[in-house]
Amino acid sequence: MAAHLSSGRVKPSLLFPQAIVWDEYLTGPFGLIAQYSLLKEHEVEKMFTLKPGRLPPADVKNIIFFVRPKLELMDIITDNVLREDRGRSPQRDFHILFVPRRSLLCEQWLKEQGVLGSFIHREQYSLDLIPFDGDLLSMESESAFKECYLESDQTSLYHAAKGLMTLQALYGTIPQIFGKGDCARHVANMMIRMKREFPGSQNSIFPVFDTLLLLDRNVDLLTPLATQLTYEGLIDEIYGIQNTYVKLPPEKFAPKKQGESGKDLPTEPKKLQLNSAEELYAEIRDKNFNAVGSVLSKKAKIISAAFEERHHAKTVGEIKQFVSQLPHMQAARSSLANHTSIAELIKDITTSEDFFDNLTVEQEFMSGIDTDKVNNYIEDCIAQKHPLIKILRLVCLQSVCNSGLKQKVLDHYKREILQTYGYEHILTLNNLEKAGLLKPQTGGRNNYPTIRKTLRLWMDDVNEQNPNDISYVYSGYAPLSVRLAQLLARPGWRSIEEVLKMLPGPHFEERQQLPTGLQKKRQHGENRVTLVFFLGGVTYAEIAALRFLSQMEDGGTEYIIATTKLINGTTWIKSLMEKLEPAPF
Amino acid sequence: MSRVRADEEEYWHSSKFRAFTFDDEDDELSQLKESKRAVNSLRDIVDDDDDDLERVSWSGEPVGSISWSIKETASGSTSSLDGRDSSLQKGSSSYAALPKQASSYSLSSLFKGRNKLSSFQSLSDALTDTGVKNYAPELRRPKAEYKDYSSDWSPKDTVRRMQRGKVCSLERFRSLQDKLVLLDEAVAGHDGNVITAVLIFLKRTLRREILFRELEVRQVALCHLIHFLRETGEQKFLLDLLRFLDRTEEVALSQYREHLNIQDVEKRREFLKGCIGLPFSAEDASHIQDHYTLLERQIIIEANDRHLEMAGQSELFRKYPRKASILNMPLVTTLFYSCFYHYTEAEGMFSSPTNLKKTFKIPDKQFVLTALAARAKLRAWGDVDALLTTKNWLGYTKKKAPIGFHRVVEILQRNSAPVQVLQEYVRLVDDVETRLNLATKYKCHDVVIETYRDLKDRIQLTAYKGKVERGSAEEEKINSILSN
Repeated sequence: MAAHLSSGRVKPSLLFPQAIVWDEYLTGPFGLIAQYSLLKEHEVEKMFTLKPGRLPPADVKNIIFFVRPKLELMDIITDNVLREDRGRSPQRDFHILFVPRRSLLCEQWLKEQGVLGSFIHREQYSLDLIPFDGDLLSMESESAFKECYLESDQTSLYHAAKGLMTLQALYGTIPQIFGKGDCARHVANMMIRMKREFPGSQNSIFPVFDTLLLLDRNVDLLTPLATQLTYEGLIDEIYGIQNTYVKLPPEKFAPKKQGESGKDLPTEPKKLQLNSAEELYAEIRDKNFNAVGSVLSKKAKIISAAFEERHHAKTVGEIKQFVSQLPHMQAARSSLANHTSIAELIKDITTSEDFFDNLTVEQEFMSGIDTDKVNNYIEDCIAQKHPLIKILRLVCLQSVCNSGLKQKVLDHYKREILQTYGYEHILTLNNLEKAGLLKPQTGGRNNYPTIRKTLRLWMDDVNEQNPNDISYVYSGYAPLSVRLAQLLARPGWRSIEEVLKMLPGPHFEERQQLPTGLQKKRQHGENRVTLVFFLGGVTYAEIAALRFLSQMEDGGTEYIIATTKLINGTTWIKSLMEKLEPAPF
Repeated sequence: MSRVRADEEEYWHSSKFRAFTFDDEDDELSQLKESKRAVNSLRDIVDDDDDDLERVSWSGEPVGSISWSIKETASGSTSSLDGRDSSLQKGSSSYAALPKQASSYSLSSLFKGRNKLSSFQSLSDALTDTGVKNYAPELRRPKAEYKDYSSDWSPKDTVRRMQRGKVCSLERFRSLQDKLVLLDEAVAGHDGNVITAVLIFLKRTLRREILFRELEVRQVALCHLIHFLRETGEQKFLLDLLRFLDRTEEVALSQYREHLNIQDVEKRREFLKGCIGLPFSAEDASHIQDHYTLLERQIIIEANDRHLEMAGQSELFRKYPRKASILNMPLVTTLFYSCFYHYTEAEGMFSSPTNLKKTFKIPDKQFVLTALAARAKLRAWGDVDALLTTKNWLGYTKKKAPIGFHRVVEILQRNSAPVQVLQEYVRLVDDVETRLNLATKYKCHDVVIETYRDLKDRIQLTAYKGKVERGSAEEEKINSILSN
């Protein structure tokens, strides 16, 4: 953390009152590491959202733009600067702070617009990895997958490598690096190179992590396409979690007080923060949704019983003790109320016929049934004009589970999609093809069954209530990515060489030498710690599966998770779609 | 939905696959209800004012978060902020108090360990923390930086400086050889920012042919340049490059993409016409051709219909005014539109459904589905009937639905068809169980009664008597069957 924040060297030099103009996307991630009160201590008087037009009046000496290096944002800044009233006094100075990197391309752009000279300071704020939870770091780089696999732009990998160097500087050199995929190979190479170029960086910190596992998203294209069935995964699938916050329909959260029913019904969405700081959420977030109801009801009983205690409190001492526990009980009650409401909202959806039908088809594909012909349900969904992203998720899932579709099947789907949703989507279909998500089967060979069987990706006897395998997170399907992590820990990848060769990209192992004094002498029964870095995104269900492995009694390995972006099938496919103008209706 | 329900049921019960079912549904629901009840009953006990407990304003922003304060300060109420300062502090200190994780190596505990003063490494700590340089390698000054004023950096040093966000003049790399070494160094660093900067420099200082030739053997740099040209909209340069590389399909798609930026429909049509000859793959080429033809049709239909609507002569347009123009709509939407407003037109007309069907080779299934939805919406039950009736060469008529009659029923029901119309099609549903389900759901009593009669199911029939009105014709019908 310290390292992330310390590189913002622009701050101390500006001791005059200042205003920050925010690229709105950044407020989410920044909100996770700094509060407004903190900025205020540093003479930040005002904050605005970046938008075209004249900047609002504010009596400050300095205006600082906090932006991502994106050309469209540079255009807005240019507009702001050109409209600034030159006659005002005192004149305001402009500064620009790029997050995470200063971009020469953007500066060139500003120069061409004739405003580069208006900025006194141009700096960068290297926010590489942002902590999302006790065991989770994300770069929140929304386009990382697209850049890596569609545009062959490896800049996000460079940032990932830099983030890992920072992490090693804080938590010690990681002695073992494993990886699978082209991007993983690149990142490992960059890390080794960076280490060589800064020989002084050999630090004397006792290593926290034993192993780093780098995984390319394109090694496992299947998992994000399937519907996540953990509590947190479903919240994300249905409502979308952004920077640990979720916005929910307000109806179920209306405060019901006696005598004022129907009054002041909130119309704004209810916004909640979701992380493990909330005891109840920490307990249920990674459970299969089918196991959530019983936990909530158990909790309700416990809390009710706790409140009943007040009847038994006879002496002043007992009453005092009861009262002292009240705040905690109130917090628990309000947390329970929230999650009961969320669970009800989700249940309305998971019990719907369409959810069931959709899941049925997903599970058929994942278990290898009828993946080689046109699927009726998908056709029906197209005919009824279900959202395009839903269609694309299913078709891509079928393609991945069949190592590509038969040309005839692929052409059929394409034609139906273009005729129903518009021919311009040919560009999106092309992107999906380039990314390997939707493709014709080449060589007439379907590798998926072998991969499925060897890695035991489909488990028939899944236990949702008391799981004994990671497949519970998708009610039967064990995420391939996490299976790779699990097999690496025990018995090792040598046992699955054949399958690894079927998956795209190289697999490799590197060792980083440690000074003898820092080499770990493991105590008996002490767990190993593995950092798993997902290049191109990770889903909440995969995170849940890794947490499940961490908690297994005889697991022997604990996992910390890092990624370029937290994704689900919808946000992922969306990032690959061609940006089209919104339809008029 | 086309899958017959009963089969599905059997499938799930007999096969080894588990769906995401709620077998314990009642139990589950009651559990939720139970906790809801418990929560509600607790409200009476506890003072309900839990707002300060959560420290979250109604919209859910934690008080003091950045997006919250943007709103606050933007509205200019700085004074109100001071009043809340104490709660802000409270907010920020407890905000980070994550409980112990399952893993004893949780990052939060690691952060705590590093910073003894507070539980959270705050921005202010970071800013005053001068010892930080010792931790982060990228902050350590490499040797190269000591000769800051030298202008004699090697390509390698130049790239390294640029990677750290320093501006360097590249002008001193004059020879082609130097420039290429610089580019290769940038590529080796994997930093797209630097690669792009070098490419901008090369693009400015090298002749196109030379630049293209050198990039052809440098794929990574090439990708970056293509991406850059796309971002900055230098379409012509991009197409030249792709042509040079012989990436013809990409040229075609890239050119086609341009149509999205053309607002004027006439110009867009012209542009699409120009796209037809481009070297697309065979499959894509036919789609592009269709796209052009469709827009051409839409322009003709739009001009006609706008005129009709304005004139106010057509009853159809008066009764159902158009919600939007048909321009740039997908094919299926256009077909629906044409089935709605131009159903009876002769095939020779561009706006007639049959003409669209022929021109775009729309499959039967798709056609029936769309036409059905459009005619049902107009409640033109006669058209619906005709659509589903086929005649054989002997002149016998037969009802046929390529989409299955259960789908027909669904569509009609959604358009609130009367029971008489509905039951005619429910009766035609092949699968008995589906038929019974639909008939019961939509109260097509006759169908239910007849089906039970054919099944000789006295028990069900007797039970069904309770669901029909007393003294109605249906009740009589049941009685007469039962007594036979």
